Amino acid sequence: MDFLTLIQILDSTVRLATPLLLACLAGLYSERAGIFDIGLEGKMLAAAFFSAAIAALTGNVWLGLLAGIVASMLLSGLHGLASITFRGNQLISGVAINFLASGMTVLIAQDWFSQGGRTPSLSGGARFNPITLPFAEVVEDVPILGAIYSELISGHSILVYLAAASVPLTWWVLYRTRFGLRLRAVGEAPEAVDTAGVSVVGLRFAAVAICGILCGIAGAYLSTALQAGFVKEMTAGRGFIALAALIFAKWRPWHAMWACLLFGFLQAVALRYQNIDLGGLVIPVQVMDALPYILTVVILAGFVGKAIPPRAGGEPYVKER
Amino acid sequence: MDKMPGWADAVLVPLISLVLAAILSALVILGIGEDPIAAVKLMVSGALGSTYGWGYTLYYATNFMFTGLGFAVAFRAAMFNIGGEGQAMLGGLGVAIVCLVIPWPHWTLALLGAMAAGMLFGALWAAIPAYLQARRGSHIVITTIMFNLIGAAVLNYMLVNVMRPKGSMDPATRRFDETTNLPTFQDMFSTADAVVFRGAPANVTFFIAILACVLVWLLIWRTRLGYEIRAFGHSETGALYAGISPFKIIMIAMLISGGLSGLMAINNVMGEAERLVLNATEGAGFIGIAVALMGRNHPFGVFVAAILFGFLYQGGAELALWTNIPRELIVVIQALVILFTGALDNMVRMPLERIFLRLRKGTS
Amino acid sequence: MADQAPAIELRGISKAFGPVQANKDISISVMPGTIHGIIGENGAGKSTLMSILYGFYKADAGEIFINGQKTDIPDSQAAIAAGIGMVFQHFKLVQNFTVLENIILGVEDGGLLKPSLAKARKTLLELEKEYGLNVDPDAVIEDIGVGKQQRVEILKALYRQAEILILDEPTGVLTPAEADQLFRILHRLKDEGKTIILITHKLREIMDATDTVSVMRRGEMTATVKTSETNPENLAELMVGRKVLLQIDKAAAKPGETVLDIENLHVVDQAGVERVKGISLNVRAGEIVGVAGVAGNGQSELMEVLGGMRPGTGSIRLKGQPLPLSGLGSDGQARRQQGIAHVPEDRQREGLIMDFHAWENVAFGYHHNPEYQRNRLLMDNAALRADTERKIEKFDVRPANGWLTAKNFSGGNQQKIVVAREIESEPELLLIGQPTRGVDVGAIEFIHRQIVALRDAGKAVLLVSVELDEILSLSDRIAVMFDGHIMGARLPSETDEKELGLLMAGMNGEAA
Repeated sequence: MDFLTLIQILDSTVRLATPLLLACLAGLYSERAGIFDIGLEGKMLAAAFFSAAIAALTGNVWLGLLAGIVASMLLSGLHGLASITFRGNQLISGVAINFLASGMTVLIAQDWFSQGGRTPSLSGGARFNPITLPFAEVVEDVPILGAIYSELISGHSILVYLAAASVPLTWWVLYRTRFGLRLRAVGEAPEAVDTAGVSVVGLRFAAVAICGILCGIAGAYLSTALQAGFVKEMTAGRGFIALAALIFAKWRPWHAMWACLLFGFLQAVALRYQNIDLGGLVIPVQVMDALPYILTVVILAGFVGKAIPPRAGGEPYVKER
Repeated sequence: MDKMPGWADAVLVPLISLVLAAILSALVILGIGEDPIAAVKLMVSGALGSTYGWGYTLYYATNFMFTGLGFAVAFRAAMFNIGGEGQAMLGGLGVAIVCLVIPWPHWTLALLGAMAAGMLFGALWAAIPAYLQARRGSHIVITTIMFNLIGAAVLNYMLVNVMRPKGSMDPATRRFDETTNLPTFQDMFSTADAVVFRGAPANVTFFIAILACVLVWLLIWRTRLGYEIRAFGHSETGALYAGISPFKIIMIAMLISGGLSGLMAINNVMGEAERLVLNATEGAGFIGIAVALMGRNHPFGVFVAAILFGFLYQGGAELALWTNIPRELIVVIQALVILFTGALDNMVRMPLERIFLRLRKGTS
Repeated sequence: MADQAPAIELRGISKAFGPVQANKDISISVMPGTIHGIIGENGAGKSTLMSILYGFYKADAGEIFINGQKTDIPDSQAAIAAGIGMVFQHFKLVQNFTVLENIILGVEDGGLLKPSLAKARKTLLELEKEYGLNVDPDAVIEDIGVGKQQRVEILKALYRQAEILILDEPTGVLTPAEADQLFRILHRLKDEGKTIILITHKLREIMDATDTVSVMRRGEMTATVKTSETNPENLAELMVGRKVLLQIDKAAAKPGETVLDIENLHVVDQAGVERVKGISLNVRAGEIVGVAGVAGNGQSELMEVLGGMRPGTGSIRLKGQPLPLSGLGSDGQARRQQGIAHVPEDRQREGLIMDFHAWENVAFGYHHNPEYQRNRLLMDNAALRADTERKIEKFDVRPANGWLTAKNFSGGNQQKIVVAREIESEPELLLIGQPTRGVDVGAIEFIHRQIVALRDAGKAVLLVSVELDEILSLSDRIAVMFDGHIMGARLPSETDEKELGLLMAGMNGEAA
């Protein structure tokens, strides 16, 4: 494979990794606070629909982004209600939210647009368009570094750069702020937080809200930047891949970035090559399609080190009498 | 201390949860500009108003009984097996293989062979997530979700690249031989003058599903294995104390669970389609989750809930046919049922407990 | 000296949970610079009272006065603001945070961590020096021992400028030496003017450490006295309302052949830490061997290996037959088939399935027994229920209803169900751990009598308990475990609590 192809694949990797990274960080905040969230998929899907729908109706992608975030936050609020207020089963709540989003997006899409469950195609101001970084055209022809700058680093939509910036931001919030300390504490030992006079419920809802915001951006990115509109089930399992990346990254922000880039890379390769011809052996396209999921299982099987989740994760907090 | 009598917990809570889900569904229907009352009327007449409707309702209910039982058995061992959809898909593959490859002389033999194959393939598809959970602590919810997605890829490959007849563009197998065709309700219950269940896919496997409910009940509440499954499901440390092997229970419960979901294929693949097509399961694996949760993970509850969802499914199909309401409404209703009976049950339970406490105080 | 206001005063505190009156008209007054004990059995209402003081519950009636001022305590923040610091029985620490991080949690100075931590470090080191509580601020909690963790809890309270310290069962996880150290610290705090409330069920601690003591029973305060003016027998009587037999009457043991022979047993836990470091022990027919020791010194692991709940290495023989310690045949079923019955230390998480009916629990561990089967496939639930009726009657389980689920029985009756099941299986060896934890006094006597009866019938009993009184009362021979070793063996008639306490703390022993 030549250098240009490599750059193109890496470019594609970044674009595909972005929604994974946003969803992964969303899950990070939630799970670090002790709320397991397998509803990332549903939140992304809901956000993808509403941002595309509002962008299509108003012609303004920023309004669309806002709508996507609101939709995602409504669902995460529901998850918070079930998990925190009513101390329900967090895994079942996540499963239910995924189905809810799956059904509601098509119902509403059909009602609003009558196009069989999709939105109309987006263009112009209703999309996030690529941003050319300064000097990108100037350095284009510089060998190696020029191509890297102008193809790989420049030319992405703003949400990609936002996602990249979220990684150091998340690290800073978690490890350098009071909020982050309390957030991490509430996922490990909520009783320590409670007896210190800090609200466990408040912290957890805050985490769930942040999760909603990030999933909202992830979903909006899918339908207004990566693609041009919403189609049924467009998240295609990304929420689960993000979850796998989170586990792979052992719930740490920088590791999450690398994990998502890896999975983005796999998706990029699958897209480009369909059936891969390795001389004698042909790998059918279905293998590439399934590869992220297979890799997730391999990771979960612990063949890549043991992943210990936050100690109080998945358990509703009940005051000890 | 039990705050509520057992019957209230088993019947009242799910009933109220169901009512809440129904109310919200009605709101959704209103929201998309349709009339909920008219919708319900259409659903009832379409699903229950004729033997044709019943034929479809019971056909769907059969699917959901199998997948519902599958989820329920695993749940008793504290395993959330979300992989029923994939296990049913693989069961379909098994059923298709035996129906296509073996020249059966009679449908009864073919059915037995298909049952064995369906259960085997379904169980095998549950075996790897089960093993990973039992041996390596990999969370079964995520692995089974992954296996649903991997299973779809496997079926895709098999149908497109291997089992598709030469020259056909359709990702599906050829039709099974006539000797494998199962008697439908129409065949079984019509007479010369009165044809009933005309054209409906309900078939003899409905009775096998009912038998499965009874057998699962016997297994879980009357056998030593069932005792061990339930004990382990309540307390893993307790199980260790009593000498019950966690590994053994996780594996066996999941294999039975996968086998039950895989068994569904005798209904949809062998009984109705009479060939294997892409997406033969049509989400039945997921509806099984709703059915099991609503039915409190008890075979008799599963039976009732399966029929209810069969009604919803057929009713939903009628709605999609005659109104602007897409089939996805059923997905929303299913989501609401799972939400209320599975995650928000305390929202119903806590006020009920307070009411019962007050009643008790009043009488004491 | 002018009349000083009490540091903390409660007047008429009452709290009910549904039909249960947990606290009824409680009034206490504690003067500053004193240590006040509160003693009572499980379920007497101590925890509820403390929860009210710390803002977890709101009292139905009554008032709280801090330094003479009426104070409302609606939540933990208010309690902290009122100068109340609480050291819980189960520590409220974040295991993978450092000591410093745990101390500032909730009282960080500002939104940014780095400056908060720096400031806190200075204050912490000053506090440590002032009160003699040495802990490394950067140590991670899960790496330091329990005694040090408790110091962190005390430092947490002092950091928040607590004037009133409440300690709930503080010595449950400490060795006698660590407990002494704790009381020295408490005295130092008292000298500095702090007020301390000590909640405990250990009479000895009340006598040794407190200035005044209140006794709680069934939600009420039955007495408040000066410690110097009372004695353990008086207090015990006030606790239960009748004269308590602190010793059980039993005939001398007539030991027979060796039933259980443990040689060089080693147990390593899942984290790779060695918990049992090569012990040898034997139990003969017709005798009760009591293993004493503070919780966490390997006794639990010893019981679990014997009961088939975890693997070990070494040699265990039952009546001469070697028992596998890992792999095939080393599980709870195999042990029971060999004739070993097991009353576990944690009846709610191990010995019973709380959501099973009592009759289902009677089969727990014995569900393969032929008498509970109808045929090769199905169990005989009717036979099981009949057997349950018999056991309920024989062991006086109340309420006498086999259909109730285990969680609907009191602690004592739950334990009776477990004990009935295990003893009625006619074992050669009975393993029994913490038999009377959370059990009311009436049931304690009953269970003790059952154990002695089993021993008199010529069976072997291995008893593990953290209650020295129980060990001294029941055992025919005593072994003390500390840090995975047997520190020494004694006859009850030839030893006392002081000597046993020293052995439990790792002193004066011959490691066996």
